[in-house]
Amino acid sequence: ALQISRGLWKKYGDKRVIDTPISEMGFAGIAVGAAMAGLRPVCEFMTFNFSMQAIDQVINSAAKTCYMSAGSIAVPIVFRGPNGASAGVAAQHSQCFAAWYGHCPGLKVVSPWSSEDSKGLLKASIRDDNPVVMLENELLYGVPFEMSEQAQSKDFIVPIGKAKIEREGTHVTLVSHSRPVGHCLEAAAVLAKEGVECEVVNLRTIRPMDIETVEASVVKTNHLVTVEGGWPQFGVGAEICARIMEGPAFNYLDAPAVRVTGADVPMPYAKILEDNCIPQVKDIIFAVKKTLNI
Amino acid sequence: MAAMVALRALRWRLLSGPRAARRRLSDFPVPEEKPQFPGASAEFADRLEFIQPNVISGIPVYRVMDRQGHVLSPDQDPQLPQEAVLKLYRTMTLLNTMDRILYESQRQGRISFYMTNYGEEGTHVGSAAALDASDLVFGQYREAGVLMYRGYPLDLFMAQCYGNASDTAKGRQMPVHYGCRERHFVTISSPLATQIPQAVGAAYAIKRSDGNRAVICYFGEGAASEGDAHAGFNFAATLECPIVFFCRNNGYAISTPTSEQYRGDGIAARGPGYGLLSIRVDGNDVFAVYNATREARRRAVAENQPVLIEAMTYRIGHHSTSDDSSAYRSVDEVNYWDKQDHPISRLRHYMVNRGWWDEEQEKGWRKSSRKMVMEAFEEAERKPKPSPQLLFSDVYRELPPHLRRQRAALERHLQLYGEHYPLEHFEK
Repeated sequence: ALQISRGLWKKYGDKRVIDTPISEMGFAGIAVGAAMAGLRPVCEFMTFNFSMQAIDQVINSAAKTCYMSAGSIAVPIVFRGPNGASAGVAAQHSQCFAAWYGHCPGLKVVSPWSSEDSKGLLKASIRDDNPVVMLENELLYGVPFEMSEQAQSKDFIVPIGKAKIEREGTHVTLVSHSRPVGHCLEAAAVLAKEGVECEVVNLRTIRPMDIETVEASVVKTNHLVTVEGGWPQFGVGAEICARIMEGPAFNYLDAPAVRVTGADVPMPYAKILEDNCIPQVKDIIFAVKKTLNI
Repeated sequence: MAAMVALRALRWRLLSGPRAARRRLSDFPVPEEKPQFPGASAEFADRLEFIQPNVISGIPVYRVMDRQGHVLSPDQDPQLPQEAVLKLYRTMTLLNTMDRILYESQRQGRISFYMTNYGEEGTHVGSAAALDASDLVFGQYREAGVLMYRGYPLDLFMAQCYGNASDTAKGRQMPVHYGCRERHFVTISSPLATQIPQAVGAAYAIKRSDGNRAVICYFGEGAASEGDAHAGFNFAATLECPIVFFCRNNGYAISTPTSEQYRGDGIAARGPGYGLLSIRVDGNDVFAVYNATREARRRAVAENQPVLIEAMTYRIGHHSTSDDSSAYRSVDEVNYWDKQDHPISRLRHYMVNRGWWDEEQEKGWRKSSRKMVMEAFEEAERKPKPSPQLLFSDVYRELPPHLRRQRAALERHLQLYGEHYPLEHFEK
């Protein structure tokens, strides 16, 4: 356990907060078994990179069991931990798994950006009777966010499967999740000075994706740019573009949708290379201008 | 080296010199004479010696009966009443009969796949009889006898294999992947050994809520090679879980013989490495399996500690209908186990010796059990398949909007074009 469960052990003790031997397949397995036997476990991966060592337990057991047992076995488990790029941790510690987990029916996948997202989505995930993967972000752990009175209340929930419009705009829709949402807002602030008003959509949930909110926004702005930290092939942006084409919003696009993604390489270690492998504010601005032809 | 010799010489002089009577160094416990490492507590050794794994005469095999059904030490006979012993026998033989018929039905193309339990029936009923009815069972795929002992009816076994409308699993799984919530038998899952850490987690959950319940986790000697097994054993010990690990060592993992599966002394020898109470038993001796499981369960629950049982047996059948074992083992070998050391025969000898069974009862039972199986079989063949509507349910606990739309679209499609589909084979 890194930083997130600090203080919990003191408050709830050994029976509720358990340090285990080092085996992701082991502790993911026991968490799945405990969920099958009636508990509501929260299983923490130090980063989702290591979840690959437990991927069978997450996919073949947690995700598929309700279906394969015809509803007689529920697996109300939450897998959570940091996902995506951090800083200077190189390729095996920097992968984004949003597309991997978002691919699988039987799982729900959430990706918070703000403090309100993190709190509300974690509560909603624990209360959900399905297996949920919560993709947090290590660099965001240290970033403070304003929280409303309502968000600070005890039972505040962010519903799974609803995106949030973080900033309203009229010229282009920026769709993102996790840390890049912040970059989108920064890009929007810069572009506003040039008279381009961006609408920034924070997906909050990868699966089930709230494509209706994105469609409504595209109908309004006629332009779409997706922004994600993960690799481009078969990614979150690819899914958004496909669904936009399949739905009513396609007819409202004035230009092809554009994806801004991480570079299609394993994350390098050298800082200058790492910085240029993840979407930066300037990349988002460039994509917007290209889409708007300005 | 020279310094050590000198030091030893000095100690010897101190210990045996004129002052020796007044004060011996050994009177004062010197901290550096005992290892202080946090990771292990043991004595020092000053001779270089490797521990030799003992595979020639390893952990002995506990048994109660010999191959002719005679109890070797009367105090080891569990003294089960006649009814209980007959139930063991009938369950094993009914399973055997069902296996024969369903294996054939796969050969005839009636079901897609099947796995028999030939030779291992003793491991199933011996252990099942030793458990409480509510103990939670995690199996691998060759434990149908446990479910049968708990009263799972023939028509539900068949329904699952046929994937018909009576199947509680709604036709979603390959044959033999049984599951029954009411009988506390967790649905079988194909990937090997994944049930091991899950069983540990379930045992942990059960420990918190119910002090009288145990979990039993079955797996083969091949599955014990998986990383999940290592993690499961280790976690069970560190988390102090009331779990019985039951390894069916049947000599083969599909075509891989045990000589290629491991080089140590089987699975039982691994137990102490994890801090597990461990025992090896004759899996073809129902009473040995019963005694070991009963005591293991008792201790697991009373002391909140895991116990490992390795039941030695032999897989008489092929791995599955997708396997032809004559490609990798001799017919003679298989025949030996079938004829000379079979759990069903050994129990029958015991029953005959006690005057509880005879040739006539055997004939009668063979006839009636076969009739029961055939009736269930014909019934299962006749039944329709589950409704196409069930394609969409249980992906999540609640039906999500996109699947609801797809289900409605399918319904509309079938209303228009239903005559082009074999809908008469499916339930509405």
